[in-house]
Amino acid sequence: MREFRTLTAVRGIIPEGAGLGVAGGSPRTQSRLLPCSGVGTGGACALIASRLLGNRVREEPVLSCKGAGTDNDGCPQRTPSISVGRGTRKKDEDSGTDVGEGTDEWSQSKATVRPPDQLELTDAELKEEFTRILTANNPHAPQNIVRYSFKEGTYKLIGFVDQLAVHFSQVGNLIPKDSDEGRRQHYRDELVAGSQESAKVVHSDTEILEEEEEPKEAEAEAGSQTDVPAAEAAEKVTEELMTPMQPKERKLTNQFNFSERASQTFNNPLRDRECQMEPPPRTNFSATANQWEIYDAYVEELEKQEKTKEKEKTKTPVAKKMGKMAMRKLTSMESQSDDIAKVTQAAKIVERMVNQNTYDDVAQDFKYYEDAADEYRDQEGTLLPLWKFQNDKAKRLAVTALCWNPKYKDLFAVGHGSYDFMKQSRGMLLLYSLKNPSFPEYIFSSESGIMCLDMHVDHPYLVVVGHYDGNVAIYNLKKPHSQPSFRSSAKSGKHTDPVWQVKWQKDDMDHNLNFFSVSSDGRIVSWTLVKSELVHTDVIKLKVEGSTTEGLEGLQLHTVGCGTAFDFHKEIDYMFLVGTEEGKIYKCSKSYSSQFLDTYDAHNMAVDAVSWNPYHTKVFMSCSSDWTVKIWDHTIKTPMFIYDLNSAVGDVAWAPYSSTVFAAVTTDGKAHVFDLTINKYEAICNQPVVAKKKNKITHVQFNPIYPIIIVGDDRGHITCLKLSPNLRKMPKEKKGQEVQKGPAVEIAKLDKLLNLVREVKTKT
Amino acid sequence: MGVFLNIILFGTEVTTKTLLANYHLDLFQTEVEETLKRIQSHKGVIGTMVVNAEGIPIRTTLDNSTTVQYAGLLHQLTMKAKSTVRDIDPQNDLTFLRIRSKKHEIMVAPDKEYLLIVIQNPCE
Repeated sequence: MREFRTLTAVRGIIPEGAGLGVAGGSPRTQSRLLPCSGVGTGGACALIASRLLGNRVREEPVLSCKGAGTDNDGCPQRTPSISVGRGTRKKDEDSGTDVGEGTDEWSQSKATVRPPDQLELTDAELKEEFTRILTANNPHAPQNIVRYSFKEGTYKLIGFVDQLAVHFSQVGNLIPKDSDEGRRQHYRDELVAGSQESAKVVHSDTEILEEEEEPKEAEAEAGSQTDVPAAEAAEKVTEELMTPMQPKERKLTNQFNFSERASQTFNNPLRDRECQMEPPPRTNFSATANQWEIYDAYVEELEKQEKTKEKEKTKTPVAKKMGKMAMRKLTSMESQSDDIAKVTQAAKIVERMVNQNTYDDVAQDFKYYEDAADEYRDQEGTLLPLWKFQNDKAKRLAVTALCWNPKYKDLFAVGHGSYDFMKQSRGMLLLYSLKNPSFPEYIFSSESGIMCLDMHVDHPYLVVVGHYDGNVAIYNLKKPHSQPSFRSSAKSGKHTDPVWQVKWQKDDMDHNLNFFSVSSDGRIVSWTLVKSELVHTDVIKLKVEGSTTEGLEGLQLHTVGCGTAFDFHKEIDYMFLVGTEEGKIYKCSKSYSSQFLDTYDAHNMAVDAVSWNPYHTKVFMSCSSDWTVKIWDHTIKTPMFIYDLNSAVGDVAWAPYSSTVFAAVTTDGKAHVFDLTINKYEAICNQPVVAKKKNKITHVQFNPIYPIIIVGDDRGHITCLKLSPNLRKMPKEKKGQEVQKGPAVEIAKLDKLLNLVREVKTKT
Repeated sequence: MGVFLNIILFGTEVTTKTLLANYHLDLFQTEVEETLKRIQSHKGVIGTMVVNAEGIPIRTTLDNSTTVQYAGLLHQLTMKAKSTVRDIDPQNDLTFLRIRSKKHEIMVAPDKEYLLIVIQNPCE
């Protein structure tokens, strides 16, 4: 608290006093200061103050001086006595300084510690005066500084040297009261004063108490004082003056004692959390742009463009919906299909390849083997067995029909059924290719045995079959399911007996597909495919002609002729031949359903086959179970040639390459090949073609282009045989003459033969 | 399955299109299966395998390592052959690849997405 006060006093009041004391100073002030010498800093302060004030100084600056003295409130400065003053003046002359005065006081004790090397001087020497003249020149300042002058190019002496020597300098913090800053400070203090009223009161009280003590001490020290009342009065005045000042002093903050308070929040430790994901899969992609890849891209683009064009064209709402539906169906179907189904085509090809490898020798024979022995035989030829076709599913089912496909020359259809009327069972329709002898290309099964079949010339995928139960059905090879596309029923006029032969006809006037069928119920029916229906028309009803059978006992049974085979004339559309169970052959017309054009008493037993010659329009051939094969001119009622084969003849077939060659098969397992130009009396080849004698051969067919025949037996086997060169001998080449070919030649060839016979007949 | 559906169709004459479609698919499926079976059972056939477009075998009758080897190598060879054929004429395409070796004949039938590979010993 006191320190506080003294500081403010020094700051605030001394300058005021200084201002007052500038006017004059007197020697009295010096004497007055003596008693307080040695007090310390406070004393020094007092010295300055008193010097400035002089004699005329009023009491108030002195009071403030007292404040400057750190700890002696009862300083005697205010009551200087003249006597004392004189004494001190004397001493002052000796030392000249305050400090000297101080040393003088304890010089006696100091003398004892005088350094040994100090000069011992006499009094006279000591009294000797040395005069020193103090100049303002700095003795240490150098006198010979030179600097290089660029202007003149030489070193030049610098005449001017700074003589100032600073021993000590300090920046004070005293602020003159009149200055702007002093006034500002003053104003600031006054502002704060209001808020500190209470504090003021307390402070002032204590101060008053302190102040009251002061005069007593002062009195005690000073002893007799003349101007005490005046001093007291002055004191009171000062008190009044000071009291308002004091709170201001306290307001000042200690600028050195400020503290800064800061706090730091708790820092959470940093934590790194890392995880590594699985690296995304990488693939290297590289491609070469080949010519064909570019081509493919273009084709694809073109297709897309076409599609978009089509879409734009067909954008009716209905069509849209339909299209979408179709698409959906397609996609659903596609999604269902397993991957493996896509290799269907490849699998088929590979299967054929494997077969080709296995049956390589057979294939070589088929293509290239020609029996060399034929040259050493006169006329006879041989049949070389090639492939054998059989299927487990058709085991024990007799081959009842054979037919080559008119378009695909390696494909043929086989109908399986039974000729044993006591043991009828199911039927099979198989289509084999020579390229795959091990397994049929198509398999269709039916409940009733198949008795006959035919393939359409213009639509080679359509197969018509006749069943044992009298039904006819059409299978479509393009459709994958095993059911016939069309099928007759009891309602639509099916036959009541086995259908013995079916044959496709030329399309009718309305371009509907149609075919004929013959059955042992005596009807010959024309079937027409109208839209998706089979429409039937009875063409003719076979009646047994003549009264021979009817007249005997009048049996009803015999009134109906049983058709077993028929064939249509190659050129005359309406004309066809029908063979019957009775052994008769009727020449009929499609236009006349009531009567026959002609009747031939051909055989004694059922006619198994009738066939027109492929070249000669007048000639046909028939075979029968009565062991005979007969060749006819349809204009003549008696046969031109008769061949007895010593066994029931199952089938005969004309060769496609010659008008005079035909083949017949007999139930004793033999195949007979005739060439009338070579031998018109007996077969040039007579060869058993099945292993077991028991196997009856049922059918034979020539391949349309290759020199092979297929024969089927009643065990379900089909054998392919190659005709040796002798069996397909063409007219020999003569020198300088071109070999004539064509139908005309063939007709002439057969005519020549027939004429011989005709001549004989007319003679007899 | 095929036979079963067949009976249903025949007996009740259910001819909804979906059923028919399924039936046809089954028919194709079984047909392929049977064909493959026949090929495998054929004389001299050592193995058959179906390889997809990436050269990964889908089904095989051979052991694993042999299959992988054959599939990888033949796939490459076939692609190269195909590329060759198509480079000569982009409208042309490879349909079949037969490799005749001293011991075997390897037949490769490239279909749209798959390769059918059959290894046969033709001398057997």
